[in-house]
Amino acid sequence: MNFGLSPEQEQLQHTARDFLAKEWPPSSAHALFDAESEAALRQLYRHMAELGWVGLLAPPEFGGSGGTFLDAALLAEEMGRAAVPGPYLANTLALLLLRDAGSKALRSEWLPALTQGQAIGTVAWFEAQASSWPCALETRCTATRLGVRLSGTKRFVLDAHLADVFLVVCTAPAGRAKTTVVVLVPNNQPGITVRPMDDVDRTRRVYEVSFEDVAVPRKAVFVSGERAVNALTRVFDAAAVFLAADSLGGAQRLLEMSVAYAKVRTQFGRPIGSFQAVKHRCAEMVAQIEPARSLMWYAAHTLDAMPRLATYAASLAKGHLADVYAAVAESALRVHGGIGFTWEHDLHIWFKRAQWNRYAFGTPEWHRERVAQMCRW
Amino acid sequence: MDLNYSPEHEAFRRQFRAWLRKNLPARGRSEQMLAYDDPRRIARAKAWQRKLYEAGYVALTWPKEYGGQGLDVVTQAIVDEELVRARAPGLIGQMGIQMVGPTLIQYGSEEQKRRFLPKILTAEEIWCQGYSEPGAGSDLASLQTRAELVGDEFIVNGQKIWTSNAQFADWMFCLVRTDPSAPKHQGISYLLIDMRSPGITVRPLVQMTGERGFNEVWFENVRVPRNQLVGGLHQGWQVANATLAHERNMLGAATRTQELFAKLVRLAKLCTREGNSAIEDPVVRQRLAALAMRVEAMKYHAYRQLSDSIAGRPRGIAASVNKLVSTELNHDITACALDLLGSYATQSAHSKFALDRGEWMREFMFTLGMIIGGGTSEIQKNIISERGLGLPREPKGTALQDGAQR
Repeated sequence: MNFGLSPEQEQLQHTARDFLAKEWPPSSAHALFDAESEAALRQLYRHMAELGWVGLLAPPEFGGSGGTFLDAALLAEEMGRAAVPGPYLANTLALLLLRDAGSKALRSEWLPALTQGQAIGTVAWFEAQASSWPCALETRCTATRLGVRLSGTKRFVLDAHLADVFLVVCTAPAGRAKTTVVVLVPNNQPGITVRPMDDVDRTRRVYEVSFEDVAVPRKAVFVSGERAVNALTRVFDAAAVFLAADSLGGAQRLLEMSVAYAKVRTQFGRPIGSFQAVKHRCAEMVAQIEPARSLMWYAAHTLDAMPRLATYAASLAKGHLADVYAAVAESALRVHGGIGFTWEHDLHIWFKRAQWNRYAFGTPEWHRERVAQMCRW
Repeated sequence: MDLNYSPEHEAFRRQFRAWLRKNLPARGRSEQMLAYDDPRRIARAKAWQRKLYEAGYVALTWPKEYGGQGLDVVTQAIVDEELVRARAPGLIGQMGIQMVGPTLIQYGSEEQKRRFLPKILTAEEIWCQGYSEPGAGSDLASLQTRAELVGDEFIVNGQKIWTSNAQFADWMFCLVRTDPSAPKHQGISYLLIDMRSPGITVRPLVQMTGERGFNEVWFENVRVPRNQLVGGLHQGWQVANATLAHERNMLGAATRTQELFAKLVRLAKLCTREGNSAIEDPVVRQRLAALAMRVEAMKYHAYRQLSDSIAGRPRGIAASVNKLVSTELNHDITACALDLLGSYATQSAHSKFALDRGEWMREFMFTLGMIIGGGTSEIQKNIISERGLGLPREPKGTALQDGAQR
């Protein structure tokens, strides 16, 4: 019985926190809200690759460090704490999908580059009518004499503008029925159009990606049917846990901002943190965050050690942390008052990230219903 | 990260489960949470604790020389967990085991330890806690019950209130004011008082649930030998706080919450809405799942704290977070149950129309009592924000000075 972090994991947290405090201070995040800066994103990503973060979950034979999901979740927490932008999450999910379900040829072709940060991958899951879970997809993959052709439009594709390769979730005919397949499509094929979907959270970039009769070889269809659904479920659950972890880090950051401000801001001749109306808000944030931290650890641990429980735990963690982060963000804004409502103040960066985290990869309602189903209610 | 118990701990758990199957009193399950307001029930509860003790399942972490087992916190956690799972009755000597016992182990004289500790475990002597007073609830340190040292005796005068189990307790651990001129936290002492002493009057208070669980206690020139002072004279505040901070593992409480939630899910399956089971109603499913997330979070939070105490990591304000979160969560679970019952929710325990023998309404009120007792949620928030987050304290009172008022 040791439900806690190892000394190495605590070290990883400290290293990541120090590194991100230097490499990605709030001023850098602010800059994203005022102008595009692809160069800044690429530079940060390169440094993260040098630290071995990008390949954290990749097997050693592809140059990765074979880390655990809990390690990755702790990094995600620190990235949430620092409101880190860029393709880290997108690439990690693509890397996981290829790692778990890719053909041998595609793995050796793409994994080393995705692991080292030389190429960036992203999974194209969602569509106009499927924004919580990739189901009843309209994007189709049909066989031709020379290979396959892809047609359809994906939405909410993470960091598509930086991506070198898409892993596209689509339906393919299987006899009279339909099946789910995942197709690897390099981003230099003719027929691909990438349009930004402008988001209030400027630390995240999502795109609409249209595939218009895009031709790829047959070997690009690397997984199908039940295997595809299982692999996608596992990566989706990992995404849910990473967003839960990101939310935890962000909520902790907002708590610390609120406490620091409540200590120095004075009204009626005393620090506002001495008023119970304010200090109780801060205490409530602690009371929400600490049990949620344990839940997030558990969810990450199930991905590593108890795969049968992983979907249930991921939905518990994602659904709960979504609520906690949003509640903490609102409360933090109320502690700050007017200053927190301004564009110049740091708070809105995390406030908006809380909203994005809340809805991406399954809304809280969606995860709650999934929990109900897993419990066989 | 490892959620498995060692083979030795697993073996201990199996052995304890087997023991429980054989020894759990038949009536125990229905009496799990009720107040002790019936002499026969008190006798049964004492016999149950004694039986557990004789089998070696009470106060496992206490030193052997005082009747404990000298075992680790994990073993105690397993016992706590299994007792709740088996829906065993609670321990009637809880106050002694959790509060005064650990205080004596830390601060008591050798004579006090030998005199009091063994009988706490066997339930031969039941303890009650004399802390709150009519004018000292959340502001406990403003307590006024006076103890004057005259020769080798304290003469105690004053009143305590909300004293659970005082109507049948043998002893009280009591905070009294020994120095009225000192600042309020510095003039308090911790006394052990024999409840049969002349001059003590106990009057039961009826709780909103209808039960008689707690009491008012009056002291009129009650004589307490000096050797029943624990810790130094005027050191009572530190002594009492050390007990509050004493490692109390959360696994029992978290398991109780899980059991309460499981009971709610069973209710949702039984209740119907327009002919369908309530659990098929999307609104109900959303509420249950939202509660499940909080229940599971507390479960793993308890494991984390257990691991922290194994590793000797400081607990900080964890006890306050636990108290706040788990009591509020238990109350929210009962509130959901009442909503499921609808109009039946308010049917009394005596009504033949009641669907649940009035249990959920009782639990709803009882869990609200738990939010208030032992430091209200609001007081816990003060502790978390002031001691945990370092936020400034409320400026000292506009009306009262920081000294004992007489």
